Amino acid sequence: MTAAVYAARKKLNALLLSHNIGGQVLWTSGVENYMGYQFIEGPELMERFREQVQQFPIDIRTGEKVSSLSRTNDGFELTTDGGARYQAKAVIIATGKRPRQLNVPGEERLRGRGVTYCATCDGPLFAGENVAVIGGGNSALEAVDDMTKIAEQVYLVSLTPLTGDQILIDRVKAASNLTMYLEHEVLEIQGEARVEAIRIRDLKSKQERKLLVGGVFIEIGLIPNSEAFRRTVRLNSLGEIEVNCSNETAVPGLFAAGDVTNVPEKQIVVAAGEGAKAALQAHRYLQRLTR
Amino acid sequence: MEREIRIYTTPTCPYCKMAKNFLDEHGIKYREFNIVEDKAAREEMKSKCKSLAVPTICFGSEVIIGFNEAELRQKLGL
Repeated sequence: MTAAVYAARKKLNALLLSHNIGGQVLWTSGVENYMGYQFIEGPELMERFREQVQQFPIDIRTGEKVSSLSRTNDGFELTTDGGARYQAKAVIIATGKRPRQLNVPGEERLRGRGVTYCATCDGPLFAGENVAVIGGGNSALEAVDDMTKIAEQVYLVSLTPLTGDQILIDRVKAASNLTMYLEHEVLEIQGEARVEAIRIRDLKSKQERKLLVGGVFIEIGLIPNSEAFRRTVRLNSLGEIEVNCSNETAVPGLFAAGDVTNVPEKQIVVAAGEGAKAALQAHRYLQRLTR
Repeated sequence: MEREIRIYTTPTCPYCKMAKNFLDEHGIKYREFNIVEDKAAREEMKSKCKSLAVPTICFGSEVIIGFNEAELRQKLGL
């Protein structure tokens, strides 16, 4: 959105194409480190961003994902999963990241029926039930912290020892209804019409165990939304789009910004700043083209 | 035939807000059920709509789980 505003202010003809408005920030309940807002909820911050975008003549198309990008004589052509095609002289990829999946049997089938990647959305649905939280980082620990207050029993299952902040680890360990299974992997999510149990295995002893749960919160990290661009642009070993400090990729006219790139810090203020840089660089590029 | 569109939400769910905004923008009337406060609605969502995720949008025999703009457009004929 920041890139779109900067492009529009340079009087460029800008099209903002996105699956949704807000991306990862929507899952964040409280943002305390975006300057100017001491505390603001993620969705509200994104609403303020959206209102600002709407002040400019920016064409916004939502609900579709870009499925491929190719170079043409004039620049680039993008195709969406809905079949729409767009042409542009310059493109800025700012597609962010999405939750990593476990890729175990039952996960896809029971999605929305007990399997969830959004603890802030769906947590209250499992009040009074047993739930499992998968993951060992801050997102998993925050989900545990929320769920121990309302669920009957909470099982934390992590492939590794906990990697989250110590302050969060200390807070969740105090809960009396929490059982942790560290260095365990999830083998399967079971259930007919809804989640009924998960099967896990101790990585060291190989012992398997079944936990009876009604909900599974998967919080095992994020992967870059870069697949659509794999054939056009270089990705690093994490699947991130490689850019230089001017947000240029190796392809002239193709820029990238934010969490989908190799920028080390994945923060809202950084992503917004990167978007601005990319738009200004794209403007310079387009000016050189017309000379 | 008037079909009643029911949307089940929780207060902290951003996709629920997006779904409601989408329906509002298209002038579509709906009834919202906050399933944190309304236990009967929560049970109805689980049993009738077979869903354990929000937002769940139910109308007639259609159930849309999550905010899926393309699916909403298609099923509501937008």
